[in-house]
Amino acid sequence: MELVYSLVEIIVKNIVVVLVLMGFVAYTTLLERKLLGRLQVRFGPNRVGPFGLLQPLADGVKSFFKEDIIPEEADKTLYVIAPGICLFTALSMFAVVPFGGTITLLGREIKLVIADIDTGLLYLLALATLGEYGVVLGGWASGNKYGVLGALRAAAQMISYEVALGLAVIGTIILAGSLNLGDIVAAQQSGMWFIVKYPFGFIFYLVAGLAEINRTPFDMPESESELACGFNIEYSSMKFATFMIAEYAHMFTVAAIVTTLFLGGWSGPWLPGPVWFLIKVFAVIFFFIWERGTYPRLRYDHIMQFGWKVLLPLTLLNVVVTAALVAMGVI
Amino acid sequence: MIGIEVGFKWIVFIAMALLATGSALMMVTRRNPIHSALWLIVTFFSVAVIYVLLNATFIAVAQVMVYAGAIMMLVLFVIMLIHLEWGAQSTSKKSFAKLIGALITIMLFLQVLGGIFTYANVGRKGAYTPEVLAGASNVQAAGNLLYGKYVFAFEIASVLLLVGIVGAVLLARKRKD
Repeated sequence: MELVYSLVEIIVKNIVVVLVLMGFVAYTTLLERKLLGRLQVRFGPNRVGPFGLLQPLADGVKSFFKEDIIPEEADKTLYVIAPGICLFTALSMFAVVPFGGTITLLGREIKLVIADIDTGLLYLLALATLGEYGVVLGGWASGNKYGVLGALRAAAQMISYEVALGLAVIGTIILAGSLNLGDIVAAQQSGMWFIVKYPFGFIFYLVAGLAEINRTPFDMPESESELACGFNIEYSSMKFATFMIAEYAHMFTVAAIVTTLFLGGWSGPWLPGPVWFLIKVFAVIFFFIWERGTYPRLRYDHIMQFGWKVLLPLTLLNVVVTAALVAMGVI
Repeated sequence: MIGIEVGFKWIVFIAMALLATGSALMMVTRRNPIHSALWLIVTFFSVAVIYVLLNATFIAVAQVMVYAGAIMMLVLFVIMLIHLEWGAQSTSKKSFAKLIGALITIMLFLQVLGGIFTYANVGRKGAYTPEVLAGASNVQAAGNLLYGKYVFAFEIASVLLLVGIVGAVLLARKRKD
Protein backbone atom coordinates (compact mmCIF):
# COMPACT_ATOMS: atom_id res chain seq x y z
CA MET A 1 0.00 0.00 0.00
CA GLU A 2 2.89 2.31 0.75
CA LEU A 3 3.78 2.27 -2.92
CA VAL A 4 0.24 3.32 -3.90
CA TYR A 5 0.20 6.10 -1.32
CA SER A 6 3.51 7.53 -2.46
CA LEU A 7 2.42 7.30 -6.12
CA VAL A 8 -0.78 9.21 -5.31
CA GLU A 9 1.26 11.75 -3.35
CA ILE A 10 3.61 12.31 -6.28
CA ILE A 11 0.79 12.68 -8.79
CA VAL A 12 -1.19 15.08 -6.59
CA LYS A 13 1.91 17.15 -5.93
CA ASN A 14 2.66 17.35 -9.65
CA ILE A 15 -0.84 18.43 -10.60
CA VAL A 16 -1.10 21.02 -7.83
CA VAL A 17 2.31 22.49 -8.58
CA VAL A 18 1.72 22.70 -12.33
CA LEU A 19 -1.72 24.28 -11.91
CA VAL A 20 -0.53 26.81 -9.33
CA LEU A 21 2.53 27.56 -11.44
CA MET A 22 0.38 28.18 -14.54
CA GLY A 23 -1.84 30.51 -12.51
CA PHE A 24 1.14 32.51 -11.34
CA VAL A 25 2.56 32.54 -14.85
CA ALA A 26 -0.68 33.96 -16.23
CA TYR A 27 -0.69 36.72 -13.66
CA THR A 28 3.01 37.40 -14.13
CA THR A 29 2.17 38.49 -17.69
CA LEU A 30 -0.40 40.94 -16.28
CA LEU A 31 2.07 42.11 -13.62
CA GLU A 32 4.69 42.72 -16.30
CA ARG A 33 2.31 44.72 -18.50
CA LYS A 34 1.01 46.73 -15.56
CA LEU A 35 4.47 47.50 -14.18
CA LEU A 36 5.94 48.30 -17.59
CA GLY A 37 2.99 50.62 -18.13
CA ARG A 38 3.67 52.40 -14.87
CA LEU A 39 7.39 52.64 -15.68
CA GLN A 40 6.49 54.25 -19.00
CA VAL A 41 3.92 56.60 -17.39
CA ARG A 42 0.81 54.91 -18.76
CA PHE A 43 -1.81 52.65 -17.23
CA GLY A 44 -1.30 49.24 -18.78
CA PRO A 45 -4.29 46.92 -19.35
CA ASN A 46 -7.25 48.09 -17.28
CA ARG A 47 -10.35 47.33 -19.34
CA VAL A 48 -11.03 43.62 -18.79
CA GLY A 49 -12.37 43.22 -15.28
CA PRO A 50 -11.41 45.36 -12.27
CA PHE A 51 -7.83 46.66 -12.71
CA GLY A 52 -7.56 44.47 -15.80
CA LEU A 53 -7.52 41.36 -13.60
CA LEU A 54 -9.25 39.21 -16.23
CA GLN A 55 -6.78 40.21 -18.95
CA PRO A 56 -4.75 36.92 -18.87
CA LEU A 57 -8.01 34.99 -19.32
CA ALA A 58 -9.01 37.18 -22.25
CA ASP A 59 -5.56 36.75 -23.81
CA GLY A 60 -5.82 33.00 -23.49
CA VAL A 61 -9.26 32.86 -25.12
CA LYS A 62 -8.13 35.20 -27.88
CA SER A 63 -5.04 33.21 -28.83
CA PHE A 64 -7.05 30.00 -28.68
CA PHE A 65 -9.49 31.21 -31.34
CA LYS A 66 -6.92 32.69 -33.72
CA GLU A 67 -6.17 30.88 -36.94
CA ASP A 68 -3.40 28.33 -36.57
CA ILE A 69 -1.00 28.58 -39.51
CA ILE A 70 1.72 26.10 -40.41
CA PRO A 71 3.92 27.52 -43.18
CA GLU A 72 4.39 25.61 -46.43
CA GLU A 73 8.17 25.50 -45.99
CA ALA A 74 7.98 24.33 -42.40
CA ASP A 75 9.26 21.05 -41.04
CA LYS A 76 5.80 20.07 -39.78
CA THR A 77 6.66 17.72 -36.88
CA LEU A 78 9.40 19.85 -35.42
CA TYR A 79 7.33 22.98 -35.93
CA VAL A 80 4.57 21.50 -33.77
CA ILE A 81 6.71 20.00 -30.99
CA ALA A 82 9.11 22.96 -30.58
CA PRO A 83 6.79 25.06 -28.33
CA GLY A 84 6.07 21.90 -26.33
CA ILE A 85 9.79 21.36 -25.65
CA CYS A 86 10.06 24.92 -24.34
CA LEU A 87 7.10 24.55 -22.00
CA PHE A 88 8.06 21.06 -20.86
CA THR A 89 11.57 22.01 -19.78
CA ALA A 90 10.47 25.27 -18.15
CA LEU A 91 7.90 23.41 -16.05
CA SER A 92 10.01 20.37 -15.20
CA MET A 93 12.84 22.56 -13.92
CA PHE A 94 10.54 23.41 -11.05
CA ALA A 95 10.49 19.77 -9.91
CA VAL A 96 13.63 20.01 -7.77
CA VAL A 97 12.96 23.44 -6.25
CA PRO A 98 11.79 23.16 -2.62
CA PHE A 99 8.99 25.63 -1.89
CA GLY A 100 8.42 24.82 1.78
CA GLY A 101 9.43 22.54 4.64
CA THR A 102 7.46 19.42 5.51
CA ILE A 103 3.75 19.47 6.27
CA THR A 104 1.60 16.75 7.79
CA LEU A 105 -1.48 15.92 5.78
CA LEU A 106 -3.81 12.96 6.44
CA GLY A 107 -1.21 11.45 8.73
CA ARG A 108 1.58 11.59 6.14
CA GLU A 109 4.74 13.67 6.28
CA ILE A 110 4.87 15.48 2.96
CA LYS A 111 7.96 17.29 1.74
CA LEU A 112 7.07 20.40 -0.22
CA VAL A 113 9.27 19.54 -3.18
CA ILE A 114 8.41 17.22 -6.04
CA ALA A 115 11.74 15.45 -6.48
CA ASP A 116 14.23 15.65 -3.64
CA ILE A 117 17.25 14.36 -5.58
CA ASP A 118 20.97 14.45 -4.82
CA THR A 119 21.91 15.99 -8.15
CA GLY A 120 19.27 18.74 -8.09
CA LEU A 121 21.48 21.59 -9.18
CA LEU A 122 23.00 19.63 -12.08
CA TYR A 123 19.49 18.61 -13.14
CA LEU A 124 18.56 22.31 -13.32
CA LEU A 125 21.58 23.11 -15.49
CA ALA A 126 20.85 20.13 -17.74
CA LEU A 127 17.24 21.13 -18.31
CA ALA A 128 18.22 24.75 -18.88
CA THR A 129 20.33 23.55 -21.80
CA LEU A 130 17.53 21.42 -23.18
CA GLY A 131 15.05 24.30 -23.03
CA GLU A 132 16.88 26.14 -25.76
CA TYR A 133 16.23 23.30 -28.19
CA GLY A 134 12.65 24.51 -28.34
CA VAL A 135 13.78 27.97 -29.40
CA VAL A 136 16.41 26.72 -31.85
CA LEU A 137 14.17 24.11 -33.46
CA GLY A 138 11.18 26.44 -33.56
CA GLY A 139 13.22 29.00 -35.44
CA TRP A 140 14.72 26.49 -37.82
CA ALA A 141 11.55 24.49 -38.48
CA SER A 142 9.62 27.61 -39.53
CA GLY A 143 11.59 27.67 -42.77
CA ASN A 144 11.99 31.42 -42.44
CA LYS A 145 15.33 33.19 -42.68
CA TYR A 146 14.55 35.50 -39.77
CA GLY A 147 13.52 32.48 -37.78
CA VAL A 148 16.81 30.73 -38.55
CA LEU A 149 18.78 33.86 -37.68
CA GLY A 150 16.95 34.11 -34.36
CA ALA A 151 17.58 30.43 -33.71
CA LEU A 152 21.29 30.77 -34.47
CA ARG A 153 21.58 33.77 -32.20
CA ALA A 154 19.73 31.89 -29.47
CA ALA A 155 22.07 28.90 -29.77
CA ALA A 156 25.21 31.04 -29.73
CA GLN A 157 24.02 33.14 -26.82
CA MET A 158 22.96 30.10 -24.83
CA ILE A 159 26.24 28.26 -25.31
CA SER A 160 28.13 31.35 -24.20
CA TYR A 161 26.14 32.12 -21.09
CA GLU A 162 25.58 28.53 -20.00
CA VAL A 163 29.22 28.34 -18.95
CA ALA A 164 28.99 31.46 -16.79
CA LEU A 165 25.71 30.22 -15.34
CA GLY A 166 27.29 26.92 -14.32
CA LEU A 167 30.33 28.64 -12.83
CA ALA A 168 28.18 31.11 -10.89
CA VAL A 169 26.41 28.37 -8.93
CA ILE A 170 29.60 26.48 -8.03
CA GLY A 171 30.19 28.83 -5.10
CA THR A 172 26.86 27.84 -3.56
CA ILE A 173 27.81 24.17 -3.94
CA ILE A 174 31.11 24.83 -2.17
CA LEU A 175 29.37 26.72 0.64
CA ALA A 176 26.58 24.19 1.15
CA GLY A 177 28.65 21.08 0.40
CA SER A 178 25.80 19.56 -1.56
CA LEU A 179 24.01 19.66 -4.91
CA ASN A 180 20.66 19.00 -3.26
CA LEU A 181 18.57 22.19 -3.24
CA GLY A 182 16.97 21.17 0.06
CA ASP A 183 20.42 20.95 1.65
CA ILE A 184 21.38 24.31 0.17
CA VAL A 185 18.32 25.91 1.80
CA ALA A 186 19.13 24.14 5.07
CA ALA A 187 22.70 25.48 4.97
CA GLN A 188 21.32 29.01 4.62
CA GLN A 189 18.88 28.48 7.50
CA SER A 190 21.68 27.59 9.89
CA GLY A 191 23.98 30.34 8.66
CA MET A 192 23.66 33.49 6.60
CA TRP A 193 21.94 33.72 3.23
CA PHE A 194 24.38 33.03 0.42
CA ILE A 195 23.76 36.47 -1.05
CA VAL A 196 25.75 37.80 1.94
CA LYS A 197 28.48 35.17 1.80
CA TYR A 198 28.74 35.04 -1.98
CA PRO A 199 27.43 38.37 -3.33
CA PHE A 200 29.24 38.33 -6.66
CA GLY A 201 27.90 34.90 -7.46
CA PHE A 202 24.41 36.32 -6.99
CA ILE A 203 25.08 39.16 -9.42
CA PHE A 204 26.68 36.86 -12.01
CA TYR A 205 23.81 34.41 -11.72
CA LEU A 206 21.28 37.18 -12.27
CA VAL A 207 23.11 38.39 -15.39
CA ALA A 208 23.62 34.93 -16.86
CA GLY A 209 20.07 33.99 -15.89
CA LEU A 210 18.71 36.98 -17.81
CA ALA A 211 20.61 35.78 -20.85
CA GLU A 212 19.27 32.28 -20.26
CA ILE A 213 15.63 33.38 -20.32
CA ASN A 214 16.28 35.75 -23.25
CA ARG A 215 15.14 38.88 -21.50
CA THR A 216 16.29 42.44 -21.97
CA PRO A 217 19.13 43.37 -22.30
CA PHE A 218 19.84 39.93 -23.79
CA ASP A 219 16.62 39.44 -25.82
CA MET A 220 18.56 38.88 -29.03
CA PRO A 221 16.68 35.78 -30.27
CA GLU A 222 13.48 37.80 -30.63
CA SER A 223 14.66 41.32 -31.25
CA GLU A 224 11.66 42.68 -33.13
CA SER A 225 13.44 45.66 -34.66
CA GLU A 226 16.08 43.59 -36.50
CA LEU A 227 14.64 40.12 -36.87
CA ALA A 228 10.92 40.90 -37.01
CA CYS A 229 10.49 38.80 -33.84
CA GLY A 230 13.16 36.19 -34.53
CA PHE A 231 12.60 32.53 -33.77
CA ASN A 232 8.82 32.72 -33.28
CA ILE A 233 8.10 34.81 -36.38
CA GLU A 234 5.93 32.19 -38.12
CA TYR A 235 4.08 31.04 -35.05
CA SER A 236 0.49 32.01 -34.48
CA SER A 237 -2.46 31.09 -32.29
CA MET A 238 -1.93 28.72 -29.37
CA LYS A 239 1.56 27.71 -30.48
CA PHE A 240 2.72 31.29 -30.13
CA ALA A 241 0.94 31.47 -26.79
CA THR A 242 2.74 28.31 -25.68
CA PHE A 243 6.09 29.97 -26.40
CA MET A 244 4.94 32.96 -24.37
CA ILE A 245 3.76 30.79 -21.46
CA ALA A 246 7.04 28.87 -21.56
CA GLU A 247 9.00 32.11 -21.45
CA TYR A 248 7.15 33.34 -18.38
CA ALA A 249 7.29 29.92 -16.72
CA HIS A 250 11.03 29.92 -17.30
CA MET A 251 11.28 33.40 -15.79
CA PHE A 252 9.33 32.20 -12.75
CA THR A 253 11.60 29.17 -12.42
CA VAL A 254 14.81 31.21 -12.70
CA ALA A 255 13.45 33.56 -10.03
CA ALA A 256 12.70 30.50 -7.88
CA ILE A 257 16.25 29.21 -8.36
CA VAL A 258 17.74 32.58 -7.44
CA THR A 259 15.54 32.54 -4.32
CA THR A 260 16.63 29.03 -3.40
CA LEU A 261 20.33 29.44 -4.05
CA PHE A 262 20.95 32.92 -2.74
CA LEU A 263 17.96 34.29 -0.79
CA GLY A 264 17.45 31.50 1.74
CA GLY A 265 14.71 29.67 -0.17
CA TRP A 266 11.45 29.25 1.70
CA SER A 267 12.93 30.07 5.10
CA GLY A 268 11.78 33.13 7.02
CA PRO A 269 10.21 34.13 10.32
CA TRP A 270 6.47 34.08 11.29
CA LEU A 271 4.92 33.34 7.91
CA PRO A 272 4.70 29.77 6.52
CA GLY A 273 7.38 28.59 4.08
CA PRO A 274 5.48 28.76 0.77
CA VAL A 275 4.45 32.37 1.51
CA TRP A 276 8.02 33.46 2.07
CA PHE A 277 9.02 31.58 -1.04
CA LEU A 278 6.45 33.45 -3.15
CA ILE A 279 7.37 36.82 -1.63
CA LYS A 280 11.02 36.31 -2.53
CA VAL A 281 10.25 34.95 -6.00
CA PHE A 282 8.06 37.91 -6.82
CA ALA A 283 10.73 40.29 -5.53
CA VAL A 284 13.12 38.78 -8.07
CA ILE A 285 10.45 38.87 -10.82
CA PHE A 286 9.84 42.52 -9.97
CA PHE A 287 13.54 43.13 -10.51
CA PHE A 288 13.40 41.38 -13.89
CA ILE A 289 10.49 43.58 -15.03
CA TRP A 290 11.97 46.76 -13.61
CA GLU A 291 15.25 46.04 -15.37
CA ARG A 292 13.39 45.43 -18.64
CA GLY A 293 11.82 48.85 -18.35
CA THR A 294 15.22 50.41 -17.69
CA TYR A 295 17.82 49.00 -20.06
CA PRO A 296 18.02 49.00 -23.86
CA ARG A 297 18.94 45.85 -25.80
CA LEU A 298 22.64 45.15 -26.19
CA ARG A 299 24.16 44.79 -29.64
CA TYR A 300 24.71 41.19 -30.66
CA ASP A 301 28.53 41.23 -30.84
CA HIS A 302 28.61 43.09 -27.53
CA ILE A 303 26.62 40.29 -25.94
CA MET A 304 29.04 37.66 -27.17
CA GLN A 305 32.09 39.69 -26.18
CA PHE A 306 30.65 40.39 -22.75
CA GLY A 307 29.87 36.73 -22.22
CA TRP A 308 33.25 35.33 -23.16
CA LYS A 309 35.68 38.12 -22.33
CA VAL A 310 34.12 39.64 -19.19
CA LEU A 311 31.63 37.31 -17.55
CA LEU A 312 33.54 34.05 -17.98
CA PRO A 313 36.88 35.24 -16.48
CA LEU A 314 35.08 37.03 -13.66
CA THR A 315 33.00 33.99 -12.69
CA LEU A 316 36.12 31.78 -12.83
CA LEU A 317 37.97 34.20 -10.56
CA ASN A 318 34.95 34.26 -8.27
CA VAL A 319 34.99 30.47 -7.94
CA VAL A 320 38.73 30.42 -7.16
CA VAL A 321 38.46 33.20 -4.56
CA THR A 322 35.38 31.63 -2.92
CA ALA A 323 37.06 28.23 -2.76
CA ALA A 324 40.18 29.80 -1.21
CA LEU A 325 38.11 31.73 1.34
CA VAL A 326 36.16 28.61 2.30
CA ALA A 327 39.39 26.60 2.57
CA MET A 328 40.88 29.24 4.88
CA GLY A 329 37.70 29.25 6.92
CA VAL A 330 36.90 32.94 6.37
CA ILE A 331 33.31 32.37 5.20
CA MET B 1 7.01 -5.18 -2.80
CA ILE B 2 10.50 -5.81 -4.15
CA GLY B 3 8.95 -7.95 -6.89
CA ILE B 4 6.98 -5.00 -8.21
CA GLU B 5 10.03 -2.77 -8.12
CA VAL B 6 12.22 -5.21 -10.03
CA GLY B 7 9.48 -5.79 -12.58
CA PHE B 8 9.07 -2.06 -13.06
CA LYS B 9 12.81 -1.67 -13.57
CA TRP B 10 12.76 -4.40 -16.20
CA ILE B 11 9.92 -2.73 -18.09
CA VAL B 12 11.72 0.62 -18.05
CA PHE B 13 14.99 -1.00 -19.08
CA ILE B 14 13.49 -2.84 -22.04
CA ALA B 15 11.56 0.22 -23.20
CA MET B 16 14.66 2.41 -22.99
CA ALA B 17 16.92 -0.16 -24.62
CA LEU B 18 14.50 -0.47 -27.55
CA LEU B 19 14.16 3.29 -27.77
CA ALA B 20 17.94 3.77 -27.73
CA THR B 21 18.51 1.19 -30.46
CA GLY B 22 15.57 2.39 -32.53
CA SER B 23 16.54 6.03 -32.39
CA ALA B 24 20.15 5.12 -33.18
CA LEU B 25 18.88 3.37 -36.31
CA MET B 26 16.73 6.38 -37.18
CA MET B 27 19.73 8.62 -36.66
CA VAL B 28 21.81 6.68 -39.17
CA THR B 29 19.08 6.44 -41.80
CA ARG B 30 17.74 10.03 -41.87
CA ARG B 31 18.50 12.16 -44.93
CA ASN B 32 18.26 15.48 -43.14
CA PRO B 33 21.28 16.01 -40.83
CA ILE B 34 19.15 18.00 -38.37
CA HIS B 35 16.81 15.05 -37.95
CA SER B 36 19.81 12.76 -37.45
CA ALA B 37 21.09 15.05 -34.72
CA LEU B 38 17.70 15.07 -33.00
CA TRP B 39 17.45 11.28 -33.05
CA LEU B 40 20.92 11.15 -31.52
CA ILE B 41 19.62 13.33 -28.68
CA VAL B 42 16.82 10.79 -28.12
CA THR B 43 19.45 8.03 -27.95
CA PHE B 44 21.46 9.94 -25.36
CA PHE B 45 18.31 10.46 -23.33
CA SER B 46 17.35 6.81 -23.25
CA VAL B 47 20.89 5.85 -22.28
CA ALA B 48 20.69 8.41 -19.45
CA VAL B 49 17.53 6.70 -18.18
CA ILE B 50 19.41 3.38 -18.14
CA TYR B 51 22.11 5.05 -16.01
CA VAL B 52 19.40 6.12 -13.58
CA LEU B 53 18.23 2.51 -13.36
CA LEU B 54 21.79 1.58 -12.34
CA ASN B 55 21.58 4.20 -9.54
CA ALA B 56 24.25 6.29 -11.28
CA THR B 57 22.24 9.52 -11.19
CA PHE B 58 25.30 11.72 -11.42
CA ILE B 59 26.44 10.08 -14.64
CA ALA B 60 22.88 10.27 -15.98
CA VAL B 61 22.54 13.99 -15.37
CA ALA B 62 26.05 14.64 -16.66
CA GLN B 63 25.15 12.66 -19.79
CA VAL B 64 22.06 14.79 -20.42
CA MET B 65 23.87 18.03 -19.63
CA VAL B 66 27.04 17.43 -21.61
CA TYR B 67 25.96 15.20 -24.50
CA ALA B 68 22.24 15.74 -25.02
CA GLY B 69 22.58 19.40 -24.06
CA ALA B 70 25.84 21.12 -24.82
CA ILE B 71 27.50 18.98 -27.49
CA MET B 72 24.39 18.32 -29.56
CA MET B 73 23.50 21.99 -29.37
CA LEU B 74 26.90 22.76 -30.90
CA VAL B 75 26.33 20.13 -33.57
CA LEU B 76 22.91 21.59 -34.43
CA PHE B 77 24.43 25.06 -34.44
CA VAL B 78 27.09 24.03 -36.94
CA ILE B 79 24.60 22.18 -39.18
CA MET B 80 22.33 25.23 -39.29
CA LEU B 81 25.24 27.58 -39.85
CA ILE B 82 26.63 25.79 -42.89
CA HIS B 83 23.18 24.88 -44.26
CA LEU B 84 24.05 21.24 -44.58
CA GLU B 85 20.40 20.32 -44.98
CA TRP B 86 20.14 21.79 -48.47
CA GLY B 87 23.37 20.67 -50.10
CA ALA B 88 25.89 17.95 -49.32
CA GLN B 89 23.26 15.22 -49.43
CA SER B 90 25.30 13.04 -51.68
CA THR B 91 23.20 10.24 -53.10
CA SER B 92 26.01 8.48 -54.92
CA LYS B 93 25.57 4.74 -54.73
CA LYS B 94 29.10 3.62 -53.91
CA SER B 95 32.01 5.61 -52.68
CA PHE B 96 35.33 4.89 -51.05
CA ALA B 97 34.35 6.85 -47.94
CA LYS B 98 31.25 4.75 -47.41
CA LEU B 99 33.26 1.57 -47.73
CA ILE B 100 35.76 2.69 -45.09
CA GLY B 101 32.93 3.84 -42.83
CA ALA B 102 31.22 0.47 -43.11
CA LEU B 103 34.47 -1.37 -42.35
CA ILE B 104 35.15 0.73 -39.26
CA THR B 105 31.59 0.24 -38.05
CA ILE B 106 31.81 -3.53 -38.42
CA MET B 107 35.14 -3.57 -36.60
CA LEU B 108 33.72 -1.51 -33.75
CA PHE B 109 30.68 -3.75 -33.54
CA LEU B 110 32.86 -6.89 -33.35
CA GLN B 111 35.01 -5.28 -30.67
CA VAL B 112 31.99 -4.40 -28.54
CA LEU B 113 30.56 -7.86 -29.05
CA GLY B 114 33.82 -9.48 -28.01
CA GLY B 115 34.05 -7.22 -24.98
CA ILE B 116 30.54 -8.09 -23.85
CA PHE B 117 31.14 -11.84 -24.13
CA THR B 118 34.52 -11.93 -22.39
CA TYR B 119 33.24 -9.66 -19.62
CA ALA B 120 30.17 -11.82 -19.08
CA ASN B 121 32.39 -14.93 -18.93
CA VAL B 122 34.63 -13.48 -16.25
CA GLY B 123 31.62 -12.21 -14.31
CA ARG B 124 33.77 -9.66 -12.48
CA LYS B 125 32.13 -6.72 -10.74
CA GLY B 126 33.67 -3.35 -9.91
CA ALA B 127 33.63 -1.73 -6.49
CA TYR B 128 30.70 0.52 -7.37
CA THR B 129 27.81 -1.79 -8.12
CA PRO B 130 24.27 -0.36 -8.28
CA GLU B 131 23.65 -1.70 -4.77
CA VAL B 132 26.61 0.23 -3.36
CA LEU B 133 25.66 3.40 -5.22
CA ALA B 134 22.10 3.23 -3.88
CA GLY B 135 23.48 3.75 -0.40
CA ALA B 136 26.26 6.25 -1.07
CA SER B 137 26.02 9.86 -2.21
CA ASN B 138 26.45 9.68 -5.93
CA VAL B 139 28.23 12.96 -6.51
CA GLN B 140 30.61 12.32 -3.66
CA ALA B 141 31.46 8.86 -4.94
CA ALA B 142 32.19 10.20 -8.43
CA GLY B 143 34.15 13.14 -7.03
CA ASN B 144 36.29 11.02 -4.75
CA LEU B 145 37.18 8.67 -7.58
CA LEU B 146 37.83 11.41 -10.15
CA TYR B 147 39.96 13.59 -7.90
CA GLY B 148 41.53 10.74 -5.94
CA LYS B 149 42.25 7.45 -7.60
CA TYR B 150 41.89 8.58 -11.22
CA VAL B 151 43.21 12.12 -10.93
CA PHE B 152 46.00 11.46 -13.43
CA ALA B 153 43.67 10.16 -16.14
CA PHE B 154 41.29 13.01 -15.38
CA GLU B 155 44.00 15.64 -15.81
CA ILE B 156 45.22 14.03 -19.03
CA ALA B 157 41.69 14.18 -20.40
CA SER B 158 41.45 17.88 -19.48
CA VAL B 159 44.78 18.60 -21.17
CA LEU B 160 43.55 16.81 -24.29
CA LEU B 161 40.41 18.93 -24.34
CA LEU B 162 42.49 22.05 -23.83
CA VAL B 163 44.69 21.10 -26.77
CA GLY B 164 41.52 20.74 -28.83
CA ILE B 165 40.39 24.25 -27.89
CA VAL B 166 43.81 25.73 -28.63
CA GLY B 167 43.79 24.01 -32.00
CA ALA B 168 40.36 25.40 -32.82
CA VAL B 169 41.42 28.91 -31.89
CA LEU B 170 44.55 28.55 -34.00
CA LEU B 171 42.53 27.40 -37.02
CA ALA B 172 39.96 30.19 -36.63
CA ARG B 173 42.58 32.92 -36.18
CA LYS B 174 42.70 35.60 -38.84
CA ARG B 175 45.57 35.05 -41.22
CA LYS B 176 48.05 37.87 -41.56
CA ASP B 177 48.59 37.55 -45.29
